[in-house]
Amino acid sequence: MAYTVEQVSIMDSIINRYPRKRSAIMPLLHFVQSIDGYVTNEGIELIGQKLELATAEVTAVSTFYTQYKSKPVGDYHVGICTNTLCAVMGGDAIFESIKEHLDIENDGVTNDGKVSVEHIECNAACDYAPVVMVNWEFYDNQTVQSTKDLVDAARAGNPPAPTRGPNKLRTWKENSAVLAGISDGLANEGVQAGEPTLLGLKKAKGGA
Amino acid sequence: MSKLTPVLSANWDQKDSFTFEAYKRNGGYTAIAKALSMKPDEVIQTVKDSGLRGRGGAGFPTGNKWGFIPQGDNKEHYFVVNADESEPGTCKDTPLLMANPHVLIEGIIIGSYAIRANHAFIYIRGEITHVVRRVQQAIEDAYKAGLLGKNILGKGFDLDLVLHVGAGAYICGEETALLDSLEGFRGQPRLRPPFPAIAGLYAKPTVVNNVESVASVPAIINNGVAWFTAMGTEKSKGFTLYSLSGHVNNPGQFEAPLGITLRELLEISGGIRTGHKLKFWTPGGSSTPIFTDAHLDVPLDYEGVSAAGSMLGTKALQIFDETTCIVRAVLRWTEFYKHESCGKCTPCREGTWWLVQVLKDLEAGRGSEADLDKLLDLCDNIMGRSFCALADGAASPIISSLKYFRQEYLDHLAAGKCPFDPMTATLFESAGVK
Ligand SMILES: Cc1cc2nc3c(=O)[nH]c(=O)nc-3n(C[C@H](O)[C@H](O)[C@H](O)COP(=O)(O)O)c2cc1C
Ligand code: SF4
Ligand code: FES
Repeated sequence: MAYTVEQVSIMDSIINRYPRKRSAIMPLLHFVQSIDGYVTNEGIELIGQKLELATAEVTAVSTFYTQYKSKPVGDYHVGICTNTLCAVMGGDAIFESIKEHLDIENDGVTNDGKVSVEHIECNAACDYAPVVMVNWEFYDNQTVQSTKDLVDAARAGNPPAPTRGPNKLRTWKENSAVLAGISDGLANEGVQAGEPTLLGLKKAKGGA
Repeated sequence: MSKLTPVLSANWDQKDSFTFEAYKRNGGYTAIAKALSMKPDEVIQTVKDSGLRGRGGAGFPTGNKWGFIPQGDNKEHYFVVNADESEPGTCKDTPLLMANPHVLIEGIIIGSYAIRANHAFIYIRGEITHVVRRVQQAIEDAYKAGLLGKNILGKGFDLDLVLHVGAGAYICGEETALLDSLEGFRGQPRLRPPFPAIAGLYAKPTVVNNVESVASVPAIINNGVAWFTAMGTEKSKGFTLYSLSGHVNNPGQFEAPLGITLRELLEISGGIRTGHKLKFWTPGGSSTPIFTDAHLDVPLDYEGVSAAGSMLGTKALQIFDETTCIVRAVLRWTEFYKHESCGKCTPCREGTWWLVQVLKDLEAGRGSEADLDKLLDLCDNIMGRSFCALADGAASPIISSLKYFRQEYLDHLAAGKCPFDPMTATLFESAGVK
């Protein structure tokens, strides 16, 4: 896929954020994912040209980080936390049942290309365990049933809103643009905090 | 009754707490006026005098770190915030940034001014899109208000702040790996010395601080050293965020003076999951040796926890009750370290792989008692012989679990399988839903 003039100029603006252009490699890889859905050879080549790096060097960086995908994921990429705490609290059961429910393995994508699944490490939300992420948005306090409902709705094209995130779940590509530092204007949507976040404050104020 | 001291979390219950307007309304961005009318060295001295210690895990005094930056060297200096928060169990910086990103920005302005940096970065993990949005928006709003950019508050101080989004690598939380990652390389730790204060980002003097450390600075500037040092213990001053998770009735964030105990936090929060009892817990994430119910009264400050054989770490209190199999828990953490080992050095890369093999067998009830010694041997060869602290973290759960729960490993061997039913540990069992 060839990149448009506009896309290439966004890449230039990403490079301009940094004192040294090589530093732009990570946001550029996120940006390529926002266009192509994963890190394509075309994307690697263009980044190499822009940063004056051999494609092998760009690939070496890209493959180091798990969020950069070497093949397409679904429009809704589901990450189920199976680090110890979430695993014990139910994450293992959720992960097993979702793989069976969708009939895919870890890192698999459904035939319709809508949903992909991977197990993930601790996502800094242990007080909301078990935690599921979709396109790196929080779905807190999940059960086997709630996650099944979530992936079914995502396949049908109308996933519920994240528990702590924007009012509507965006696609993998749309969220990849945010990770590249391109604002979608949704920062003010959603709650400021969930209940566990506020518990200490509530107790300090004498709440039950 | 409450020993809690909400400072960072004081306004989190306001629905718009993350906005520029709310931060201003609550007295935000007043500490920079104060700091920018002090001399940079006075700001550093104030932070030194407060006794503030790094909240990212190691507890290094923040003011001293700032003081290491050479002055008058005609080099660029960089101020880098570590928002990678990936240590298993750790979940404090994320809710802080979700609810109040501006307090971090105010801390960054003060810190950058103090160390004479005109360029700052926030390295944030890439796996939480909405937090990225909130921080990005906060930066834009601070620029619009003239609090970032040129000639801040008319004081002649310039500062540019860039948000850099990671891409899923625990090791990038290690400060030198973070710098390599930020320079556009694979995130692998650097040999030290030189330390970042001398040769950090782009080989220039650099401070790397945790989100919570930096966010604590505006309150210290505003309220003064005496206010801060009145909280906490002799060598661990001030307040901090404790994150309670796992088999408790009410998990969550609790801001309290350093030195509070788990017993007190459980009393405040509502205790261990009803009908169950505490079995083991981490005081500061999975890299800190586990504790048991014998440690309920250990003061949770840097000295207290280390005197009891662990580390305060990130104050991530992950609680497990008697339904949890220790071998399963340790195996899962070990799989994490194996997956996240950056591969730079052999003891860690190969060692964590072997640890997983041995633990997998033990969990399935295969092997012999000699394998327990093999585990300790392997840990011995990994700890202190590896390039960075990830490897020490990998050994922690293994060594400490063998210290407190050796018999449970043997029970697996005797039974020829894991004697636990994992369903009883899930929340679904206790909440009656599947
Ligand atoms: C494997 C590893 C992972 C780390 N992850 C983090 C992290 O996610 N966030 C953090 O602030 N510090 C992390 N640290 C500690 C940093 O190296 C560094 O000590 C810290 O950012 C310094 O900030 P402070 O002095 O304000 O605590 C990690 C260390 C290691 C060895
Ligand atoms: S100890 Fe592990 S993570 Fe650290 S440098 Fe060596 S291989 Fe990498
Ligand atoms: S273990 Fe799942 S979010 Fe921390």
